[in-house]
Amino acid sequence: MSPVLDIAVRHRLGDFLLDAALTSEGRLTALFGASGSGKTSLVNVVSGLIRPEAGHVRIEGETLVDTERGIFLPKHRRRIGYVFQEARLFPHLTVRQNLLFGHWFVPRAVRKPAELDKVLELLGIGHLLQRRPGALSGGEKQRVAIGRALLAEPRLLLMDEPLAALDEARKAEILPYIERLRDETRIPIVYVSHALAEVARLATTVAIVEDGRIAACGPTADILSRPDLAARPGAPEASSLLTGEVVGFDEAFGLARLQTRAGPVLVARSALQAGQKLKLRILASDVMLSLEPPADISALNVLPGRISEIGERTGTGGSIVHLRLVCGEALVAARLTARSVEALGLAPGKAVHAVIKSVSVETA
Amino acid sequence: MNHWLSPEEWTAVRLSLIVATTAMIASLPLGLVVALLLARGRFWGKSLLDAIVHMPLILPPVVTGYLLLIGFGRRGPIGQFFYDWFGIVLSFRWTGAALACAVMGFPLMVRAIRLSIEAVDRRLEDAAGTLGANPLWVFLVVTLPLCLPGIIAGMILCFAKAMGEFGATITFVSNIPGETQTLPSAIYTFTQVPGGDAGAMRLTLISIAISVTALFLSELMARMVGRRIAVE
Repeated sequence: MSPVLDIAVRHRLGDFLLDAALTSEGRLTALFGASGSGKTSLVNVVSGLIRPEAGHVRIEGETLVDTERGIFLPKHRRRIGYVFQEARLFPHLTVRQNLLFGHWFVPRAVRKPAELDKVLELLGIGHLLQRRPGALSGGEKQRVAIGRALLAEPRLLLMDEPLAALDEARKAEILPYIERLRDETRIPIVYVSHALAEVARLATTVAIVEDGRIAACGPTADILSRPDLAARPGAPEASSLLTGEVVGFDEAFGLARLQTRAGPVLVARSALQAGQKLKLRILASDVMLSLEPPADISALNVLPGRISEIGERTGTGGSIVHLRLVCGEALVAARLTARSVEALGLAPGKAVHAVIKSVSVETA
Repeated sequence: MNHWLSPEEWTAVRLSLIVATTAMIASLPLGLVVALLLARGRFWGKSLLDAIVHMPLILPPVVTGYLLLIGFGRRGPIGQFFYDWFGIVLSFRWTGAALACAVMGFPLMVRAIRLSIEAVDRRLEDAAGTLGANPLWVFLVVTLPLCLPGIIAGMILCFAKAMGEFGATITFVSNIPGETQTLPSAIYTFTQVPGGDAGAMRLTLISIAISVTALFLSELMARMVGRRIAVE
Protein backbone atom coordinates (compact mmCIF):
# COMPACT_ATOMS: atom_id res chain seq x y z
CA MET A 1 0.00 0.00 0.00
CA SER A 2 1.19 3.51 -0.81
CA PRO A 3 1.99 5.87 2.04
CA VAL A 4 -0.58 8.45 3.06
CA LEU A 5 1.81 11.24 2.19
CA ASP A 6 4.70 11.14 -0.21
CA ILE A 7 6.20 14.55 -0.80
CA ALA A 8 9.51 15.65 -2.31
CA VAL A 9 9.62 19.22 -3.54
CA ARG A 10 12.04 21.98 -4.35
CA HIS A 11 10.86 25.54 -4.65
CA ARG A 12 12.54 28.90 -4.34
CA LEU A 13 10.63 31.79 -2.73
CA GLY A 14 12.84 34.86 -2.84
CA ASP A 15 15.83 34.04 -0.68
CA PHE A 16 14.13 31.07 0.89
CA LEU A 17 14.65 27.59 -0.48
CA LEU A 18 12.07 24.95 0.26
CA ASP A 19 13.66 21.56 -0.27
CA ALA A 20 11.57 19.08 1.62
CA ALA A 21 11.01 15.35 1.32
CA LEU A 22 8.92 13.18 3.58
CA THR A 23 6.69 10.15 3.58
CA SER A 24 4.21 9.45 6.31
CA GLU A 25 1.83 6.67 7.23
CA GLY A 26 0.31 8.60 10.08
CA ARG A 27 -3.34 9.44 10.58
CA LEU A 28 -2.27 12.85 11.78
CA THR A 29 1.09 14.07 10.55
CA ALA A 30 2.34 17.18 12.31
CA LEU A 31 4.71 19.56 10.56
CA PHE A 32 6.54 21.04 13.48
CA GLY A 33 8.98 23.93 13.34
CA ALA A 34 9.63 27.57 14.18
CA SER A 35 7.86 30.41 12.37
CA GLY A 36 9.43 30.98 8.98
CA SER A 37 10.78 27.45 8.71
CA GLY A 38 8.66 26.77 5.64
CA LYS A 39 5.77 24.77 7.10
CA THR A 40 3.09 26.90 5.49
CA SER A 41 4.90 26.95 2.14
CA LEU A 42 4.98 23.17 2.27
CA VAL A 43 1.24 22.81 2.87
CA ASN A 44 0.61 25.42 0.19
CA VAL A 45 2.47 23.17 -2.22
CA VAL A 46 0.27 20.25 -1.17
CA SER A 47 -2.92 22.30 -1.52
CA GLY A 48 -1.95 23.70 -4.92
CA LEU A 49 -1.60 27.33 -3.86
CA ILE A 50 2.09 27.10 -4.76
CA ARG A 51 3.31 25.41 -7.90
CA PRO A 52 6.71 23.89 -7.04
CA GLU A 53 9.64 24.21 -9.42
CA ALA A 54 10.48 20.53 -9.08
CA GLY A 55 9.27 17.46 -7.24
CA HIS A 56 6.16 15.43 -6.60
CA VAL A 57 3.24 15.26 -4.20
CA ARG A 58 1.33 11.99 -3.80
CA ILE A 59 -1.52 11.30 -1.44
CA GLU A 60 -2.45 7.68 -0.86
CA GLY A 61 -0.87 6.79 -4.17
CA GLU A 62 -2.60 9.47 -6.19
CA THR A 63 -0.26 11.93 -7.89
CA LEU A 64 -1.23 15.59 -7.51
CA VAL A 65 2.06 17.06 -8.70
CA ASP A 66 4.90 15.50 -10.63
CA THR A 67 7.02 18.02 -12.45
CA GLU A 68 8.94 15.33 -14.30
CA ARG A 69 5.77 13.92 -15.79
CA GLY A 70 4.31 17.39 -16.24
CA ILE A 71 1.45 16.80 -13.82
CA PHE A 72 0.02 19.70 -11.89
CA LEU A 73 -3.52 19.35 -10.63
CA PRO A 74 -5.07 22.81 -10.06
CA LYS A 75 -6.18 23.51 -6.50
CA HIS A 76 -9.89 23.23 -7.19
CA ARG A 77 -9.50 19.69 -8.46
CA ARG A 78 -7.35 18.32 -5.62
CA ARG A 79 -10.10 17.79 -3.08
CA ILE A 80 -7.90 18.82 -0.21
CA GLY A 81 -9.63 20.41 2.75
CA TYR A 82 -7.59 23.36 3.92
CA VAL A 83 -8.22 24.90 7.33
CA PHE A 84 -6.37 28.21 7.46
CA GLN A 85 -4.97 29.96 10.47
CA GLU A 86 -7.54 32.76 10.13
CA ALA A 87 -10.66 30.68 9.35
CA ARG A 88 -11.30 32.58 6.07
CA LEU A 89 -15.05 32.13 6.19
CA PHE A 90 -17.01 33.87 3.46
CA PRO A 91 -18.45 36.99 5.11
CA HIS A 92 -21.36 37.31 2.68
CA LEU A 93 -22.68 33.81 3.38
CA THR A 94 -24.37 32.30 6.42
CA VAL A 95 -22.66 29.58 8.44
CA ARG A 96 -24.86 27.02 6.70
CA GLN A 97 -23.90 28.32 3.24
CA ASN A 98 -20.25 28.42 4.27
CA LEU A 99 -20.42 24.81 5.45
CA LEU A 100 -22.03 23.54 2.26
CA PHE A 101 -19.86 25.66 -0.05
CA GLY A 102 -17.38 22.92 -0.83
CA HIS A 103 -20.00 20.17 -0.97
CA TRP A 104 -21.53 22.01 -3.90
CA PHE A 105 -18.37 21.63 -5.95
CA VAL A 106 -17.71 17.95 -5.27
CA PRO A 107 -17.83 16.18 -8.64
CA ARG A 108 -21.19 14.46 -9.13
CA ALA A 109 -19.54 11.09 -9.68
CA VAL A 110 -18.05 10.94 -6.18
CA ARG A 111 -20.53 13.12 -4.34
CA LYS A 112 -22.25 11.59 -1.34
CA PRO A 113 -25.22 13.15 0.42
CA ALA A 114 -23.92 15.93 2.66
CA GLU A 115 -23.31 14.59 6.13
CA LEU A 116 -24.21 17.94 7.57
CA ASP A 117 -25.81 16.55 10.73
CA LYS A 118 -22.82 14.36 11.47
CA VAL A 119 -20.38 17.22 11.02
CA LEU A 120 -22.54 19.58 13.08
CA GLU A 121 -22.59 17.04 15.88
CA LEU A 122 -18.87 16.26 15.57
CA LEU A 123 -17.95 19.94 15.86
CA GLY A 124 -20.76 21.16 18.07
CA ILE A 125 -21.86 23.96 15.76
CA GLY A 126 -25.50 23.07 15.12
CA HIS A 127 -26.77 26.19 16.87
CA LEU A 128 -24.79 28.54 14.60
CA LEU A 129 -26.28 27.61 11.21
CA GLN A 130 -28.26 30.77 10.54
CA ARG A 131 -25.60 33.19 11.73
CA ARG A 132 -23.08 35.07 9.67
CA PRO A 133 -19.34 34.72 10.27
CA GLY A 134 -19.12 38.27 11.63
CA ALA A 135 -21.24 37.19 14.63
CA LEU A 136 -19.06 34.21 15.65
CA SER A 137 -16.30 33.96 18.23
CA GLY A 138 -12.80 32.96 17.13
CA GLY A 139 -13.25 29.38 18.30
CA GLU A 140 -16.62 29.04 16.59
CA LYS A 141 -15.23 30.42 13.34
CA GLN A 142 -12.42 27.90 13.39
CA ARG A 143 -14.82 25.01 14.01
CA VAL A 144 -17.02 26.17 11.14
CA ALA A 145 -13.91 26.36 8.95
CA ILE A 146 -13.06 22.76 9.88
CA GLY A 147 -16.63 21.69 9.10
CA ARG A 148 -16.53 23.49 5.77
CA ALA A 149 -13.35 21.65 4.81
CA LEU A 150 -14.79 18.29 5.93
CA LEU A 151 -18.02 18.66 3.96
CA ALA A 152 -16.03 19.15 0.76
CA GLU A 153 -15.30 15.40 1.06
CA PRO A 154 -11.54 15.88 1.05
CA ARG A 155 -9.03 13.09 0.60
CA LEU A 156 -6.73 14.95 2.98
CA LEU A 157 -7.24 17.65 5.56
CA LEU A 158 -4.58 20.36 5.90
CA MET A 159 -4.66 22.39 9.08
CA ASP A 160 -2.29 25.35 9.15
CA GLU A 161 -1.90 26.40 12.79
CA PRO A 162 -5.66 26.39 13.27
CA LEU A 163 -5.29 27.33 16.93
CA ALA A 164 -2.53 29.92 16.68
CA ALA A 165 -4.89 32.90 16.61
CA LEU A 166 -6.90 31.69 19.62
CA ASP A 167 -6.46 32.15 23.34
CA GLU A 168 -5.85 29.22 25.68
CA ALA A 169 -9.52 28.72 26.55
CA ARG A 170 -10.53 28.58 22.87
CA LYS A 171 -7.66 26.18 22.12
CA ALA A 172 -8.84 23.86 24.86
CA GLU A 173 -12.31 24.09 23.34
CA ILE A 174 -11.18 22.95 19.88
CA LEU A 175 -8.49 20.36 20.64
CA PRO A 176 -10.96 17.58 21.56
CA TYR A 177 -12.76 18.09 18.24
CA ILE A 178 -9.52 17.64 16.34
CA GLU A 179 -8.83 14.46 18.32
CA ARG A 180 -12.27 13.15 17.36
CA LEU A 181 -11.55 14.05 13.76
CA ARG A 182 -8.34 12.05 13.91
CA ASP A 183 -9.96 9.03 15.54
CA GLU A 184 -13.44 8.98 13.99
CA THR A 185 -13.04 10.01 10.36
CA ARG A 186 -11.11 8.23 7.65
CA ILE A 187 -9.49 11.41 6.40
CA PRO A 188 -5.75 11.72 7.02
CA ILE A 189 -4.70 15.04 8.50
CA VAL A 190 -1.61 17.19 8.08
CA TYR A 191 -1.33 19.55 11.00
CA VAL A 192 1.05 22.50 11.00
CA SER A 193 2.13 23.82 14.37
CA HIS A 194 4.93 25.45 16.28
CA ALA A 195 3.37 24.49 19.64
CA LEU A 196 4.90 21.33 21.04
CA ALA A 197 2.01 20.65 23.40
CA GLU A 198 -0.44 20.46 20.47
CA VAL A 199 1.86 18.22 18.49
CA ALA A 200 2.47 15.90 21.45
CA ARG A 201 -1.25 15.59 22.03
CA LEU A 202 -2.49 15.23 18.47
CA ALA A 203 0.17 13.84 16.18
CA THR A 204 0.76 10.20 15.31
CA THR A 205 3.70 11.18 13.09
CA VAL A 206 5.91 14.23 13.38
CA ALA A 207 8.04 15.88 10.73
CA ILE A 208 10.45 18.50 12.01
CA VAL A 209 10.76 21.37 9.53
CA GLU A 210 13.88 23.48 9.65
CA ASP A 211 14.94 26.14 7.14
CA GLY A 212 12.81 24.65 4.42
CA ARG A 213 14.03 21.09 4.98
CA ILE A 214 12.66 18.11 6.84
CA ALA A 215 15.15 17.53 9.65
CA ALA A 216 13.46 14.36 10.90
CA CYS A 217 10.25 12.45 10.42
CA GLY A 218 8.81 9.54 12.39
CA PRO A 219 6.41 8.39 15.09
CA THR A 220 5.68 11.15 17.59
CA ALA A 221 6.94 9.41 20.72
CA ASP A 222 10.20 8.54 18.98
CA ILE A 223 10.85 11.97 17.48
CA LEU A 224 10.02 13.92 20.64
CA SER A 225 12.35 11.81 22.80
CA ARG A 226 15.32 11.66 20.42
CA PRO A 227 18.52 12.93 22.09
CA ASP A 228 20.11 14.14 18.85
CA LEU A 229 17.08 16.30 17.97
CA ALA A 230 16.83 17.74 21.48
CA ALA A 231 20.51 18.70 21.30
CA ARG A 232 20.02 20.98 18.29
CA PRO A 233 20.17 24.71 19.00
CA GLY A 234 16.70 26.21 19.44
CA ALA A 235 15.04 22.79 19.65
CA PRO A 236 12.28 22.36 22.20
CA GLU A 237 13.05 20.22 25.19
CA ALA A 238 12.81 16.47 24.68
CA SER A 239 9.87 14.72 26.27
CA SER A 240 8.43 11.25 26.74
CA LEU A 241 4.96 10.43 25.48
CA LEU A 242 3.00 7.63 27.13
CA THR A 243 -0.53 6.43 26.70
CA GLY A 244 -2.11 5.47 29.98
CA GLU A 245 -5.30 3.76 31.04
CA VAL A 246 -6.84 4.50 34.42
CA VAL A 247 -6.84 1.22 36.37
CA GLY A 248 -7.42 2.36 39.92
CA PHE A 249 -7.47 5.20 42.42
CA ASP A 250 -5.76 6.09 45.63
CA GLU A 251 -8.82 7.70 47.16
CA ALA A 252 -7.15 8.91 50.34
CA PHE A 253 -4.67 11.06 48.45
CA GLY A 254 -6.65 11.90 45.32
CA LEU A 255 -4.40 10.01 42.95
CA ALA A 256 -5.14 7.89 39.92
CA ARG A 257 -3.18 4.76 39.03
CA LEU A 258 -2.43 4.42 35.32
CA GLN A 259 -1.19 1.47 33.37
CA THR A 260 1.30 2.49 30.69
CA ARG A 261 3.72 0.61 28.48
CA ALA A 262 6.52 1.95 30.65
CA GLY A 263 4.96 0.59 33.86
CA PRO A 264 2.45 1.87 36.41
CA VAL A 265 2.29 5.65 36.88
CA LEU A 266 0.51 7.63 39.57
CA VAL A 267 -0.92 11.05 38.69
CA ALA A 268 -3.28 13.56 40.30
CA ARG A 269 -6.78 12.17 39.94
CA SER A 270 -8.61 15.40 38.95
CA ALA A 271 -11.66 14.35 36.90
CA LEU A 272 -10.40 11.04 35.57
CA GLN A 273 -12.76 8.06 35.20
CA ALA A 274 -11.87 4.40 35.54
CA GLY A 275 -10.98 2.88 32.17
CA GLN A 276 -10.32 6.29 30.63
CA LYS A 277 -7.38 6.48 28.23
CA LEU A 278 -5.18 9.53 28.26
CA LYS A 279 -1.87 10.85 27.04
CA LEU A 280 0.97 11.59 29.42
CA ARG A 281 3.86 13.85 28.64
CA ILE A 282 6.97 14.03 30.80
CA LEU A 283 9.66 16.60 30.14
CA ALA A 284 13.20 15.21 29.97
CA SER A 285 14.36 17.62 32.67
CA ASP A 286 11.74 16.21 35.08
CA VAL A 287 13.30 12.73 34.95
CA MET A 288 15.93 11.69 37.50
CA LEU A 289 18.04 8.58 37.11
CA SER A 290 19.15 6.27 39.86
CA LEU A 291 21.29 3.13 39.64
CA GLU A 292 19.58 1.44 42.62
CA PRO A 293 15.82 1.44 43.27
CA PRO A 294 15.60 4.58 45.42
CA ALA A 295 14.22 4.24 48.92
CA ASP A 296 12.77 6.97 51.12
CA ILE A 297 12.18 9.35 48.25
CA SER A 298 9.23 11.65 47.72
CA ALA A 299 8.80 10.89 44.01
CA LEU A 300 6.02 8.34 43.52
CA ASN A 301 6.99 6.89 40.17
CA VAL A 302 10.02 4.72 39.69
CA LEU A 303 10.28 3.04 36.32
CA PRO A 304 13.01 0.45 35.84
CA GLY A 305 14.63 0.50 32.43
CA ARG A 306 17.77 0.36 30.40
CA ILE A 307 19.72 3.14 28.69
CA SER A 308 19.41 2.92 24.92
CA GLU A 309 21.08 6.10 23.71
CA ILE A 310 23.29 8.81 25.06
CA GLY A 311 23.50 12.06 23.08
CA GLU A 312 26.36 14.48 22.59
CA ARG A 313 27.21 17.01 25.26
CA THR A 314 25.42 20.31 24.56
CA GLY A 315 24.62 23.57 26.23
CA THR A 316 27.13 26.27 27.14
CA GLY A 317 30.36 24.55 28.05
CA GLY A 318 28.88 21.18 27.13
CA SER A 319 27.18 20.78 30.49
CA ILE A 320 24.05 19.00 29.30
CA VAL A 321 23.49 15.46 28.02
CA HIS A 322 20.27 14.06 26.60
CA LEU A 323 19.63 10.36 27.10
CA ARG A 324 16.96 7.95 26.10
CA LEU A 325 15.94 4.85 28.03
CA VAL A 326 13.67 1.97 27.29
CA CYS A 327 11.34 1.38 30.21
CA GLY A 328 9.09 -1.61 29.58
CA GLU A 329 8.14 -1.08 25.94
CA ALA A 330 8.22 2.70 26.03
CA LEU A 331 10.84 5.35 25.35
CA VAL A 332 11.68 7.76 28.15
CA ALA A 333 13.81 10.86 27.59
CA ALA A 334 16.01 12.28 30.32
CA ARG A 335 18.14 15.40 30.48
CA LEU A 336 21.08 15.28 32.90
CA THR A 337 24.27 17.18 33.51
CA ALA A 338 27.36 15.71 31.91
CA ARG A 339 28.79 15.46 35.40
CA SER A 340 25.97 13.17 36.60
CA VAL A 341 26.38 10.98 33.52
CA GLU A 342 30.02 10.59 34.34
CA ALA A 343 29.48 10.11 38.08
CA LEU A 344 26.98 7.29 37.52
CA GLY A 345 29.08 5.78 34.78
CA LEU A 346 26.06 5.73 32.44
CA ALA A 347 26.44 3.89 29.16
CA PRO A 348 24.09 2.31 26.62
CA GLY A 349 22.68 -0.95 27.96
CA LYS A 350 23.09 -0.03 31.62
CA ALA A 351 20.13 -0.73 33.88
CA VAL A 352 18.74 2.35 35.64
CA HIS A 353 15.62 3.55 37.38
CA ALA A 354 13.80 6.61 36.08
CA VAL A 355 12.39 8.65 38.93
CA ILE A 356 9.45 10.90 38.09
CA LYS A 357 7.42 13.10 40.41
CA SER A 358 3.67 12.71 39.90
CA VAL A 359 3.24 16.48 39.76
CA SER A 360 5.61 16.65 36.77
CA VAL A 361 3.41 14.40 34.64
CA GLU A 362 1.30 16.43 32.21
CA THR A 363 -1.95 14.79 31.25
CA ALA A 364 -4.16 15.53 28.27
CA MET B 1 -46.69 67.23 -12.63
CA ASN B 2 -48.04 68.13 -16.05
CA HIS B 3 -49.58 71.36 -14.71
CA TRP B 4 -46.30 72.37 -13.28
CA LEU B 5 -44.04 71.48 -16.19
CA SER B 6 -44.62 72.31 -19.82
CA PRO B 7 -44.71 69.31 -22.18
CA GLU B 8 -41.29 70.27 -23.53
CA GLU B 9 -39.80 70.39 -20.07
CA TRP B 10 -41.38 67.08 -19.16
CA THR B 11 -39.92 65.55 -22.32
CA ALA B 12 -36.45 66.79 -21.37
CA VAL B 13 -36.76 65.22 -17.91
CA ARG B 14 -37.94 61.90 -19.30
CA LEU B 15 -35.27 61.89 -21.99
CA SER B 16 -32.56 62.60 -19.43
CA LEU B 17 -33.69 59.68 -17.28
CA ILE B 18 -33.76 57.34 -20.27
CA VAL B 19 -30.38 58.51 -21.54
CA ALA B 20 -28.72 58.24 -18.11
CA THR B 21 -30.22 54.81 -17.37
CA THR B 22 -29.20 53.49 -20.78
CA ALA B 23 -25.69 54.88 -20.37
CA MET B 24 -25.39 53.28 -16.92
CA ILE B 25 -26.65 49.83 -17.91
CA ALA B 26 -24.86 49.69 -21.25
CA SER B 27 -21.48 50.55 -19.79
CA LEU B 28 -21.74 48.11 -16.86
CA PRO B 29 -20.54 44.89 -18.59
CA LEU B 30 -17.57 46.59 -20.25
CA GLY B 31 -16.93 48.56 -17.05
CA LEU B 32 -16.73 45.31 -15.06
CA VAL B 33 -14.36 43.70 -17.53
CA VAL B 34 -12.08 46.75 -17.71
CA ALA B 35 -12.10 47.16 -13.92
CA LEU B 36 -11.19 43.50 -13.53
CA LEU B 37 -8.38 43.81 -16.08
CA LEU B 38 -6.99 46.90 -14.37
CA ALA B 39 -7.32 45.43 -10.87
CA ARG B 40 -6.05 41.94 -11.55
CA GLY B 41 -4.56 41.75 -15.03
CA ARG B 42 -0.86 41.71 -15.75
CA PHE B 43 -0.37 42.46 -19.41
CA TRP B 44 1.52 44.69 -21.76
CA GLY B 45 -0.17 48.06 -22.25
CA LYS B 46 -2.02 48.10 -18.94
CA SER B 47 -1.01 51.71 -18.23
CA LEU B 48 -2.12 52.62 -21.73
CA LEU B 49 -5.56 51.09 -21.10
CA ASP B 50 -5.70 52.92 -17.79
CA ALA B 51 -4.86 56.20 -19.51
CA ILE B 52 -7.46 55.70 -22.25
CA VAL B 53 -10.17 54.88 -19.72
CA HIS B 54 -9.37 58.03 -17.77
CA MET B 55 -9.14 60.23 -20.84
CA PRO B 56 -12.74 61.57 -20.69
CA LEU B 57 -12.08 62.65 -17.12
CA ILE B 58 -9.20 64.93 -18.02
CA LEU B 59 -10.10 66.10 -21.54
CA PRO B 60 -12.43 69.07 -21.97
CA PRO B 61 -15.89 67.53 -22.56
CA VAL B 62 -16.18 69.47 -25.81
CA VAL B 63 -13.08 67.72 -27.09
CA THR B 64 -14.51 64.32 -26.16
CA GLY B 65 -17.76 65.28 -27.91
CA TYR B 66 -15.91 66.38 -31.01
CA LEU B 67 -13.89 63.15 -31.09
CA LEU B 68 -17.15 61.22 -30.83
CA LEU B 69 -18.55 63.27 -33.67
CA ILE B 70 -15.56 62.42 -35.86
CA GLY B 71 -15.58 58.74 -34.93
CA PHE B 72 -19.27 57.94 -34.51
CA GLY B 73 -20.87 60.45 -36.89
CA ARG B 74 -22.71 59.16 -39.98
CA ARG B 75 -19.54 59.68 -42.02
CA GLY B 76 -17.19 58.62 -39.26
CA PRO B 77 -15.50 55.20 -39.55
CA ILE B 78 -17.21 53.65 -36.53
CA GLY B 79 -20.51 55.44 -37.11
CA GLN B 80 -20.62 54.11 -40.67
CA PHE B 81 -19.90 50.59 -39.46
CA PHE B 82 -22.72 50.79 -36.90
CA TYR B 83 -25.12 52.04 -39.56
CA ASP B 84 -24.12 49.47 -42.20
CA TRP B 85 -24.20 46.45 -39.91
CA PHE B 86 -26.79 47.24 -37.25
CA GLY B 87 -28.74 50.15 -38.73
CA ILE B 88 -27.92 52.20 -35.66
CA VAL B 89 -27.54 55.92 -36.10
CA LEU B 90 -25.84 57.72 -33.25
CA SER B 91 -25.30 61.29 -34.40
CA PHE B 92 -28.10 63.69 -33.48
CA ARG B 93 -30.14 60.90 -31.87
CA TRP B 94 -30.86 60.11 -28.23
CA THR B 95 -28.72 56.97 -28.60
CA GLY B 96 -25.80 59.25 -29.36
CA ALA B 97 -26.56 61.22 -26.20
CA ALA B 98 -26.49 57.95 -24.25
CA LEU B 99 -23.14 57.07 -25.83
CA ALA B 100 -21.67 60.45 -24.92
CA CYS B 101 -22.94 60.11 -21.34
CA ALA B 102 -21.63 56.53 -21.08
CA VAL B 103 -18.18 57.60 -22.28
CA MET B 104 -18.09 60.46 -19.78
CA GLY B 105 -19.34 58.31 -16.90
CA PHE B 106 -17.18 55.30 -17.74
CA PRO B 107 -13.99 56.32 -15.88
CA LEU B 108 -15.98 56.98 -12.71
CA MET B 109 -17.67 53.61 -12.89
CA VAL B 110 -14.43 51.73 -13.63
CA ARG B 111 -12.65 53.51 -10.81
CA ALA B 112 -15.24 52.59 -8.20
CA ILE B 113 -15.46 48.95 -9.31
CA ARG B 114 -11.71 48.60 -9.61
CA LEU B 115 -11.12 49.85 -6.09
CA SER B 116 -13.69 47.42 -4.70
CA ILE B 117 -12.14 44.49 -6.58
CA GLU B 118 -8.72 45.43 -5.26
CA ALA B 119 -10.17 45.48 -1.75
CA VAL B 120 -11.42 41.89 -1.99
CA ASP B 121 -9.33 39.55 0.18
CA ARG B 122 -7.51 37.24 -2.22
CA ARG B 123 -7.14 34.71 0.58
CA LEU B 124 -10.90 34.18 0.52
CA GLU B 125 -10.60 33.36 -3.18
CA ASP B 126 -7.81 30.89 -2.40
CA ALA B 127 -10.04 29.29 0.22
CA ALA B 128 -12.86 28.97 -2.30
CA GLY B 129 -10.41 27.39 -4.74
CA THR B 130 -9.30 24.73 -2.28
CA LEU B 131 -13.00 23.98 -1.68
CA GLY B 132 -13.34 22.96 -5.32
CA ALA B 133 -14.56 26.13 -7.02
CA ASN B 134 -12.92 26.78 -10.38
CA PRO B 135 -11.78 30.36 -11.15
CA LEU B 136 -15.06 31.31 -12.86
CA TRP B 137 -17.14 30.12 -9.91
CA VAL B 138 -14.79 31.84 -7.50
CA PHE B 139 -15.42 35.07 -9.36
CA LEU B 140 -19.18 34.59 -9.44
CA VAL B 141 -19.81 33.46 -5.87
CA VAL B 142 -17.01 35.14 -3.94
CA THR B 143 -15.41 38.07 -5.77
CA LEU B 144 -18.54 39.53 -7.34
CA PRO B 145 -20.72 39.49 -4.21
CA LEU B 146 -17.90 40.96 -2.14
CA CYS B 147 -17.44 43.93 -4.49
CA LEU B 148 -21.17 44.53 -4.96
CA PRO B 149 -21.10 47.76 -2.92
CA GLY B 150 -18.41 49.11 -5.25
CA ILE B 151 -20.40 48.08 -8.31
CA ILE B 152 -23.47 49.87 -6.99
CA ALA B 153 -21.42 52.96 -6.21
CA GLY B 154 -19.92 52.86 -9.70
CA MET B 155 -23.34 52.59 -11.33
CA ILE B 156 -24.74 55.50 -9.33
CA LEU B 157 -21.71 57.66 -10.10
CA CYS B 158 -22.09 56.87 -13.78
CA PHE B 159 -25.81 57.67 -13.62
CA ALA B 160 -25.21 60.97 -11.84
CA LYS B 161 -22.51 61.95 -14.31
CA ALA B 162 -24.85 61.07 -17.19
CA MET B 163 -27.65 63.19 -15.71
CA GLY B 164 -25.36 66.18 -15.66
CA GLU B 165 -23.42 65.66 -18.87
CA PHE B 166 -23.54 68.70 -21.09
CA GLY B 167 -20.41 69.51 -23.07
CA ALA B 168 -19.80 66.25 -24.87
CA THR B 169 -23.50 65.67 -25.48
CA ILE B 170 -24.24 69.05 -27.01
CA THR B 171 -21.14 68.83 -29.19
CA PHE B 172 -21.85 65.30 -30.42
CA VAL B 173 -25.63 65.27 -30.81
CA SER B 174 -26.57 68.96 -30.52
CA ASN B 175 -29.62 70.25 -28.63
CA ILE B 176 -32.71 68.99 -30.42
CA PRO B 177 -35.89 69.19 -28.30
CA GLY B 178 -37.54 65.80 -27.96
CA GLU B 179 -34.52 63.91 -29.36
CA THR B 180 -31.29 65.02 -27.72
CA GLN B 181 -32.32 67.84 -25.42
CA THR B 182 -31.48 66.49 -21.97
CA LEU B 183 -32.00 68.36 -18.70
CA PRO B 184 -28.75 70.34 -18.76
CA SER B 185 -29.28 71.28 -22.42
CA ALA B 186 -32.81 72.39 -21.64
CA ILE B 187 -31.65 74.51 -18.72
CA TYR B 188 -28.99 76.04 -20.93
CA THR B 189 -31.60 76.84 -23.57
CA PHE B 190 -33.83 78.54 -20.99
CA THR B 191 -30.99 80.75 -19.87
CA GLN B 192 -30.42 81.89 -23.42
CA VAL B 193 -33.95 83.27 -23.96
CA PRO B 194 -35.53 86.29 -22.27
CA GLY B 195 -37.94 85.27 -19.47
CA GLY B 196 -36.62 81.73 -19.26
CA ASP B 197 -35.56 82.03 -15.63
CA ALA B 198 -38.65 80.35 -14.22
CA GLY B 199 -38.25 77.35 -16.51
CA ALA B 200 -34.56 77.08 -15.74
CA MET B 201 -35.31 77.16 -12.03
CA ARG B 202 -37.98 74.44 -12.29
CA LEU B 203 -35.62 72.14 -14.17
CA THR B 204 -32.80 72.93 -11.77
CA LEU B 205 -34.96 71.87 -8.83
CA ILE B 206 -35.89 68.64 -10.61
CA SER B 207 -32.24 68.01 -11.39
CA ILE B 208 -31.34 68.45 -7.74
CA ALA B 209 -34.18 66.15 -6.66
CA ILE B 210 -33.09 63.37 -9.03
CA SER B 211 -29.45 63.59 -7.96
CA VAL B 212 -30.29 63.54 -4.28
CA THR B 213 -32.63 60.57 -4.77
CA ALA B 214 -29.95 58.65 -6.65
CA LEU B 215 -27.43 59.34 -3.91
CA PHE B 216 -29.93 58.33 -1.22
CA LEU B 217 -30.80 55.10 -3.05
CA SER B 218 -27.15 54.16 -3.46
CA GLU B 219 -26.50 54.76 0.24
CA LEU B 220 -29.48 52.60 1.10
CA MET B 221 -28.38 49.76 -1.17
CA ALA B 222 -24.78 49.97 -0.05
CA ARG B 223 -25.92 49.75 3.55
CA MET B 224 -28.14 46.74 2.85
CA VAL B 225 -25.33 44.94 1.08
CA GLY B 226 -22.78 46.13 3.62
CA ARG B 227 -24.76 44.71 6.51
CA ARG B 228 -24.82 41.32 4.80
CA ILE B 229 -21.10 41.20 4.26
CA ALA B 230 -20.03 42.76 7.53
CA VAL B 231 -16.30 42.29 7.73
CA GLU B 232 -15.14 39.53 10.06
